[in-house]
Amino acid sequence: MKFKRRIIDKIELDRILKRMANEVIERNKDYEDLYIVGIHTRGVPLAKRVASYIEEFEDVELQVGALDVTLYRDDLNNIEHQPKIKDSILRFDIEGKKILLVDDVLNTGRTVRAALNALIDYGRPRSIQLMVVVDRGNRELPIQADYVGKKVPTSHNEVIRLYLSDYDEKEEVDIFETEK
Amino acid sequence: MKKLLKNGNVFVSKNKKFEICDILLEDDKIKEIGKELSDSEAETIDCNGYHILPGLIDMHVHLRDPGYTAKEDIISGAKAAAKGGFSSICCMPNTNPVLDNTSAINYVTRKAGDLDKTRIFVIGAMSKGLEGKEIANIGSMVNAGVIGISDDGNCIQNTKVALNVVRYASTYDLPIIVHAEDYTLSGEGQVNYGKMSTKLGVKGIPSLSEEIIVSREIMLANVTNSHIHFSHVSTHRAVELIRRAKADGVNITAEVTPHHLLLTEEECAEFDTNKKMKPPLRTEKDRQALISGLQDGTIDVIATDHAPHTDYEKELEFLKAPFGVIGLESAFPALYTNLVKNGEFQLEELVAKMSENPAQIIKQDLGLIAEGKTADLAVVNLDESFLFSENYIASKSHNSPFLGKTFFGKPKFTLCKGKIIWQD
Amino acid sequence: MAKNVNLVGRNLYDLDTYSSAEIETIFETTQVMKSIIKRDYKKIPTLRGKTVCTLFFEDSTRTRISFELAAKRLSADVISFTKAGSSLKKGESLQDTVYTLDAMGVDLYVIRHGCPGTPALVHKYSDKPVLNAGDGKHAHPTQALLDMFSIWEKKGTLDGLKITIVGDILHSRVARSNCIGMKKMGAEVTVCAPRTLMPPKIEKVYGVKAEYDLYKAVQEADAVMALRIQMERQSEGLFPSLGEYSQKYGLNKNVLEQTKDDVLIMHPGPMNRGIEIFPEVADSEHSVIIEQVTNGLAVRMALLFLILGGKAAKEVK
Repeated sequence: MKFKRRIIDKIELDRILKRMANEVIERNKDYEDLYIVGIHTRGVPLAKRVASYIEEFEDVELQVGALDVTLYRDDLNNIEHQPKIKDSILRFDIEGKKILLVDDVLNTGRTVRAALNALIDYGRPRSIQLMVVVDRGNRELPIQADYVGKKVPTSHNEVIRLYLSDYDEKEEVDIFETEK
Repeated sequence: MKKLLKNGNVFVSKNKKFEICDILLEDDKIKEIGKELSDSEAETIDCNGYHILPGLIDMHVHLRDPGYTAKEDIISGAKAAAKGGFSSICCMPNTNPVLDNTSAINYVTRKAGDLDKTRIFVIGAMSKGLEGKEIANIGSMVNAGVIGISDDGNCIQNTKVALNVVRYASTYDLPIIVHAEDYTLSGEGQVNYGKMSTKLGVKGIPSLSEEIIVSREIMLANVTNSHIHFSHVSTHRAVELIRRAKADGVNITAEVTPHHLLLTEEECAEFDTNKKMKPPLRTEKDRQALISGLQDGTIDVIATDHAPHTDYEKELEFLKAPFGVIGLESAFPALYTNLVKNGEFQLEELVAKMSENPAQIIKQDLGLIAEGKTADLAVVNLDESFLFSENYIASKSHNSPFLGKTFFGKPKFTLCKGKIIWQD
Repeated sequence: MAKNVNLVGRNLYDLDTYSSAEIETIFETTQVMKSIIKRDYKKIPTLRGKTVCTLFFEDSTRTRISFELAAKRLSADVISFTKAGSSLKKGESLQDTVYTLDAMGVDLYVIRHGCPGTPALVHKYSDKPVLNAGDGKHAHPTQALLDMFSIWEKKGTLDGLKITIVGDILHSRVARSNCIGMKKMGAEVTVCAPRTLMPPKIEKVYGVKAEYDLYKAVQEADAVMALRIQMERQSEGLFPSLGEYSQKYGLNKNVLEQTKDDVLIMHPGPMNRGIEIFPEVADSEHSVIIEQVTNGLAVRMALLFLILGGKAAKEVK
């Protein structure tokens, strides 16, 4: 995999997350019923980050959960390595609640589809909103994000990787090209 | 009809040594042994580079005929024997019907006599129907030509019956061949009692099951003064019991199989039914004791216990698959490759255990290469290797524990009564 | 989670062919499955379109139900083939049975059979993965995995733990698979039985300790597992009476008093209460016996997912 360029640096990423947190505040007048759920792996620290900004701006406390969608993937027969599954941690009842799903990159929409199914198996939320840092285009399913950090049109042989200080040594979003 | 075998490395019995020389055969006899023989009437066979052994004798073969001819029959068994270098074999009586009467024995001898193949001797039953209850008609079977008696596959459990059989048979000059197994101890055992039975979670066959009967039979041989021959000895304590009894002058002899000499219980780890037989493969300690017993003469004979079973029987679940493995075609090459070639054992000794010694036990004037003796010969190429595969096997069954192994010592010709009965 | 673990398409005959990293992966996946079966909606779509066949040649309602429910929780279809009692009858051809089922598109076989080694035989006739659900007295790897998971979940590891298995070791496939698996995960295993119910050379075969005195065997243990004693062993002459067995090898209150304070008490079930284990022990706070059943379901879901959920490693590049 070949590094092509950095598309979002640390400062810009922080701005994007803060902006999206404000958008969430604008759209959801009250927070009592709002639960934030990150999709494993990078969606989980992102969800925590966004939640902490909302908490800071509005002086509230939010519930954050983690969702692993591996067991709901539609491509299990084609993936070449054994998928690692993590425990989904939803320490709250999602029945009748507003859920904000958070992930790093939106591309084909299949991960989000899996996440929607996974979530619904835990209960019937009142609504589900979607937040992504990067929207790559290339949609294969009719799914759109409610909050988008940055639109970056890409081709299929490109890979976008988000680094977060919670996991990595740096904090930025890079674009790579896969070698054929 | 004359044949002249030129330049072979011949096992000359009177010197018990190999010498490069020629052998002239006339009809069914060895006419002359010597250097640079010539005879214008003789068909000349070039044996340069080959070893010429006395035709091998296997005194423990199951031909399955009559009754179980899907596994083997007299014709296919004789063919397999000839391919393995055997000029003579002895067939066991556990057929259906059992070879415990003259008409059954006549069936075998007649069918075998029609063949231009390996010579077949018949071993009659010790007890009627191999049931271990009543003495079989040993006297009339001797008249019909049996060269020994045995309940092989079965073992007479009742000591009183065992004593009476041995006592009754001692009138006749033949070996009483005993398969030593105490059923109360072997039970439903599948493999050696010990490491392997624990590992596989199957019932084990303890060494004790063999040793208790060996002890008993030694005592019976002692009091009745008859000749008892132990089949397929497998444990180190059994070897020791026989060694001591022989030292005490008891009239006993013993045999061991190639698989017990070459393999151990570890072979069974994958539930391979071709490694399942009775007695079971034992430990390395037992295997070493068998080799020592062979070396010091405690064990007289190597016999294959050739026990054919069809593929569909052996491909069953481990507990369902029958006991037994074939051995006629692998015996000499396997033993040569694994015992002689690596220097553990002398070729001369191996040959004696497979020809002269069994001939003595079954009281036949065979197993020697000397002038005037019967022209039974096995011509082998010690340097030629081959893959022992299902395709190589002439027997009807393929249940060999040696499948896939490469062996040296390939039999090239086998002669019986001066006739070539098999040729590579 | 350990790197490079790939169990897709693998057979499970016994734990000897599984590495400690693979077993650890199974435990971690089991934990996820356990949280799924604890929620209200217990089904996930993971193995939709896959067909699991349970081939039971021996009666075992518990194990069969556990496997079938595990498959159903993962949305796989289940074919149940039972031929109890006929396993040793002549004329039954396993080969034909497997060919027939294979032709119907089975993706994985779960087999219970009275003859040891039969799971490998099934695989000889089919290229589909085979899970051993107990073969004779040989192996019962999923039971061992659930036993080990039950300890791992409570203690965080098996490494360095002392585990004692008490009972009819000789006839126990559960004990055999546990010895292999627990040793592999770093536990010290002690097996305890009367001498007539102890397999020969067990110390050499598995690297475990054989102990004949129950009190000595349990003193240091972090977990004690009692095995079911089959009543027919008495008539086989392997021990004098159930009364004496219970007295010498039954887990009762006095035995429990000799153990560590945080000892786990286990039993693969079904229990003979009052013989190998007494109610005051089976129902004590130390007991994880009921939880073992839940863990059994979760372990089997984890295995089905890990073996069927993905592309076999060998097919890749």
